[in-house]
Amino acid sequence: MAYVPIADQDHELHDPHSFVTKYIWSQDHKVIAIQYGGTAILVGLVALVLSALMRLQLGFPDTFSLIDPSAYYQAVTMHGMIMVVYLLTALFLGGFGNYLIPLMCGTRDMVFPFLNMLSFWVYLLSVLILMSSFFVTGGPTGAGWTLYPPQTITPGTPGHDTGILLMLISLGVFIIAFTMGGLNYVTTILQARARGLTMMRLPLSVWGILVATVLGLFAFPALLVSAIMMTFDLTLGTSFFMPAIMAAGEQMDYNGGSPILFQHLFWFFGHPEVYIVALPAFGLVSDVLSTHARKNIFGYRMMVWAIISIGGLSFIVWAHHMYVSGMNPYFGFFFATTTLIIAVPTAMKVYNWVLTLWEGDIRLNTPMLFAIGFVFTFVHGGLTGLFLGNVVIDLPLSDTYFVVAHFHMVMGVSPVLVLFASLYHWFPKVTGRMMNETLGKLHFWCTFLGTYAIYLPMHYLGFLGVPRRYYAMGSTDFIPESAQALNANITIAAIFVGVVQILFFINVFWSLRNGKPAGNNPWGANSLEWQTPDTPPKHGNWGPELPVVHRWAYDYSVPGYPQDFIPQNVAGDFGVSEDHDHDVAKEEQSGA
Amino acid sequence: MSLYKNVTSKPWEYSSPTLGSGPESAFDTPSERIALTLFLVVVSVIFSLLTVTYYLRMDLGDWVPLTDPGLLWLNTALLIASSVLFQLARNASQTDRRQQTRTLFLAAGVLAISFVIGQIVVWQQLAATGLGVASNPASAFFYLLTGMHAAHILGGLWVWSKTLLRFFGDNELQDLRLSVSLCTTYWHFLLVLWVFIFAVLTNT
Amino acid sequence: MAIAVVLVLLVIGSVIFHLISPWWFTDIASNWESVDFTIGLTFWVTGTVFIAVNLFMAYCVYRFRHKEGHKAVYEPENSKLEIGLSVATALGVVAMLAPGLFVWASFVTPPDDAAEFEVVGQQWQWSFRYPGRDGQLGTVDTRFISETNPFGINPEDPNGQDDVLVKDPEMYLPVGKPVKALLRSKDVLHNYTVPQFRVKMDMVPGMVTYLWFTPTETGSYDILCEELCGIGHHVMRGRVVVTEQAQFDSWLASQPTFAQMSSRAPASASSGQQQFAICASCHGQQGEGNPAMNAPRLNGLQPWYIERQLKYYQSGVRGAHPDDQYGRQMAPMASMLNSDDAIRNMAAYISQLPVTDSPDTISGNAGNGMSLYNANCAACHGADGSGSWATDAPHIAGMSDWYIANQLRNFKAEIRGAHADDDYGEQMVSFATAMKNEQQLNDVIAYLNSLQ
Repeated sequence: MAYVPIADQDHELHDPHSFVTKYIWSQDHKVIAIQYGGTAILVGLVALVLSALMRLQLGFPDTFSLIDPSAYYQAVTMHGMIMVVYLLTALFLGGFGNYLIPLMCGTRDMVFPFLNMLSFWVYLLSVLILMSSFFVTGGPTGAGWTLYPPQTITPGTPGHDTGILLMLISLGVFIIAFTMGGLNYVTTILQARARGLTMMRLPLSVWGILVATVLGLFAFPALLVSAIMMTFDLTLGTSFFMPAIMAAGEQMDYNGGSPILFQHLFWFFGHPEVYIVALPAFGLVSDVLSTHARKNIFGYRMMVWAIISIGGLSFIVWAHHMYVSGMNPYFGFFFATTTLIIAVPTAMKVYNWVLTLWEGDIRLNTPMLFAIGFVFTFVHGGLTGLFLGNVVIDLPLSDTYFVVAHFHMVMGVSPVLVLFASLYHWFPKVTGRMMNETLGKLHFWCTFLGTYAIYLPMHYLGFLGVPRRYYAMGSTDFIPESAQALNANITIAAIFVGVVQILFFINVFWSLRNGKPAGNNPWGANSLEWQTPDTPPKHGNWGPELPVVHRWAYDYSVPGYPQDFIPQNVAGDFGVSEDHDHDVAKEEQSGA
Repeated sequence: MSLYKNVTSKPWEYSSPTLGSGPESAFDTPSERIALTLFLVVVSVIFSLLTVTYYLRMDLGDWVPLTDPGLLWLNTALLIASSVLFQLARNASQTDRRQQTRTLFLAAGVLAISFVIGQIVVWQQLAATGLGVASNPASAFFYLLTGMHAAHILGGLWVWSKTLLRFFGDNELQDLRLSVSLCTTYWHFLLVLWVFIFAVLTNT
Repeated sequence: MAIAVVLVLLVIGSVIFHLISPWWFTDIASNWESVDFTIGLTFWVTGTVFIAVNLFMAYCVYRFRHKEGHKAVYEPENSKLEIGLSVATALGVVAMLAPGLFVWASFVTPPDDAAEFEVVGQQWQWSFRYPGRDGQLGTVDTRFISETNPFGINPEDPNGQDDVLVKDPEMYLPVGKPVKALLRSKDVLHNYTVPQFRVKMDMVPGMVTYLWFTPTETGSYDILCEELCGIGHHVMRGRVVVTEQAQFDSWLASQPTFAQMSSRAPASASSGQQQFAICASCHGQQGEGNPAMNAPRLNGLQPWYIERQLKYYQSGVRGAHPDDQYGRQMAPMASMLNSDDAIRNMAAYISQLPVTDSPDTISGNAGNGMSLYNANCAACHGADGSGSWATDAPHIAGMSDWYIANQLRNFKAEIRGAHADDDYGEQMVSFATAMKNEQQLNDVIAYLNSLQ
């Protein structure tokens, strides 16, 4: 990039003054981040309500007859799609990515601020299109978030005409928004880092967001292609995915297509999508853990390479979602092997998080509690993944509650705990005020224990063989009455967890007005976003001088240095060299 | 910094930043070019997936090969000519010939427009012979692939028209040079992509 | 501090939950103990890691929690430790994966002596096909599917003539013999699952998938669909009965072959007419129904529906529930038809009676009823309420509305449809709940009245 000297950046530095340019049509990455995050959380609340409706039906099928079967399947579908794509992807990348990339990289903004703004508005459009499907005849699609044909577009599935079309259009629009944002994030990280900030000095948050964005850029095209082809099948009558089939005793006008082909395309997107959500969470939680343990992240280089190798491997494991789909069964050998290989770098990340706590000086405040909670749930969710990835174990367990419990644990609860850890951690930077610790801790305990009460028992219903995506279990010989009682308890826990999220919103709104002023660096953190001259950072982030980086983001508790942190923009070598082994460090510490 | 050094460096070791006022960049090119390159990779992924799908669908038993209209050869020639003119425009912009750049740039875009019109004529010819989009999988893919390619040309033409308007304003050539150059890269890519699609379509 | 204690308690609690949980795998009834073994192995390996990692984390949080004057140790990395952990993890992964791959190898290669049978899925029913004496299944194609050939068997294929067709959702298998299930679907994706057999596979329209197993325990097991297949997914149920060979053989012999089905003599409406007199006393000469006698209109109903209901009345599947007041009146009447042919003839006679109008006795908001109907009923009964042989759904538009309303109440209260042998009763029990109150029920009826 042709570097623009600071003196010439005046036109970028000026603050937009009117309300509209400041908060609505803003090109400031921080405002866009809040717009992205706010929209994602709002649409996420819709999905949360849908899950409550589902849980009430499952837990108390006779008491609360709030929804009929078709509404249930619509809720299942919209809940899944909204949570995965419109909440988690948008919030981690559009929200946290937008806020943190320029600040952590020490730049004034994204390299293409206008494109960034456009990305948000196109994302909002995709959300509105999706929401509009609730109000059309037939309602939203009820085909499951996987949208498997032929079912998606045949009668017998709710929203098989208008609902699914709106879903496909919305996904296409979302992908355009994501691509605009994604090109921006990657280019900014690659090209515009502050002087001295080499790639290997980046905070892991940036690494997680970077690799997740690259995954998204490569994976979303598969969803786009399958959405376009399905739209053709739906509206133009082509037979890409549609074989000759019957509908209500009549032969439909399709011939020769392959439903499995769609599944391959879908999961070629769908599996990396898991990591599009997980990798930013891995990155963010690493920074939260390190900061509050007052200790460098353990094995930084291993962490970076683990993120990269998990990202790479995620493109060759997709068919582990299809072991019992009827694809060539010999694929099972390959995909089971690649899937279990992913366990190694993932386990290394877990070890390194725990080893970061080892010999730390752990501050158990709210963000740290959420981060520790994440490690617990992620270990649980990751280990159950070893069941499903191992192809034969998938035979009894696929399409049961075990799968539901597994993926909610690993890509529902875990990323959400990281989201909260991050929101509590970065809220002081975004608003200039601390959040209330008491409310925050109460929120943590309710959420953490509540979600475990939902999902631990759910695994056991899966072992028993209770099938997922059932409106009601009905009568079977093998499901005992007690399973229904367990299901009722799960529902109670789920409703409880849903309701206590109010604590978070109360905390946010209370703290916005009454929170303790945070100052620039309340946690004593090293990375650049905490070193801004103003909090919240002003338009342009850095005042007249861009920061210059002298060290990595994890110089916590450096022996011999009076403070237990050295910000990245502080110059000077404080005697930590490579031959400082463990014992020497310890001696120095006891000597000090 | 070399790749090896990057991979093996120990980030916790102290080293003061090398002097200079610019930011750390992985590549010594304008950000716009990095973004375009990334975008082209994304587009390549889209068309690779379409091609893989094409070959998988072909094996499913009901494939009726399509006789491709001869007009496609003329359209290909138009797109090659368009790409060549973009390259000439780019060369002219490097040597500060604003007037010539503008003429070549305009002509290149017009040729691209005629390519799109040519493709529409091909679709009409095909439809006239009774091969609609739903007639058989080969024709469905024909419309899909050519349509997706044409959509990317149209996207390019949108950027082209914005740049052209700036040519007719009083902008300095040096402000336009990057745009001309990026358009050229994009058009070369779309040409290669088209030749690839054309080869796939005619060989099956 | 609290978090350290809670982490320990959660680990202990998880272990206790596991130990006392009554929810565990069903008793296995097939040869796939090797699958259970792999699960056990994985369970203990991952369980150990779960306990170890979390207890260690709890210890770290407890031991290294913040104290005044304490400072963390600076240790960027420890290559030896990291490599050691990677290797240990990789070994654990291999230990879990390797046995799994061996079991998978045997799953994908059915033994040569496995007897084949076919499972056909459709929205939301199961049917089954067994090869006849020639041991070969006839070829099939979607374009052959019709009311008289619901399996879509190629009528030109000699192999298909002696195929045994089971249209009911109940199938039999001999114990101790390896079997290979060939799976296909007529419409959307389905999945053939019997939890006790441990194996499952999707059924994909346009192709045939397979799985194999050896039933090892006699008994009757649920068949579930485990791939989302539309609004009736949860009520797509069937049963598999594993019996001794002899019992299996006699069951198989009692099922019709394709040749028998297609060469069956047409039912005689005129014979049915003679016996209709007794029906007419309540249902009317034209089968137009009589609300005063609580007798619904019969004309306009499809013959296969009348046939099925008469058989249900005879066998006590319907009309036996103590609260089914009018059904109990019908049951002895149905028993007066003393053979299958008599029932067929009766059904044939009724289905050719001229269609009469039923007076509307129920009013409601038809617009509201339409959205309820389209969301929940139309998939089987058709958008126009005329029913379909393909989904075994009777004609309901414009039939005696008070009767339809009563039946919907009966389904909701499980007075009708809850009997284990009522093939599609459970579907109606489930979907009748879509009408949450009398008002919505009336709305749907009003819409049905508007469709006639």
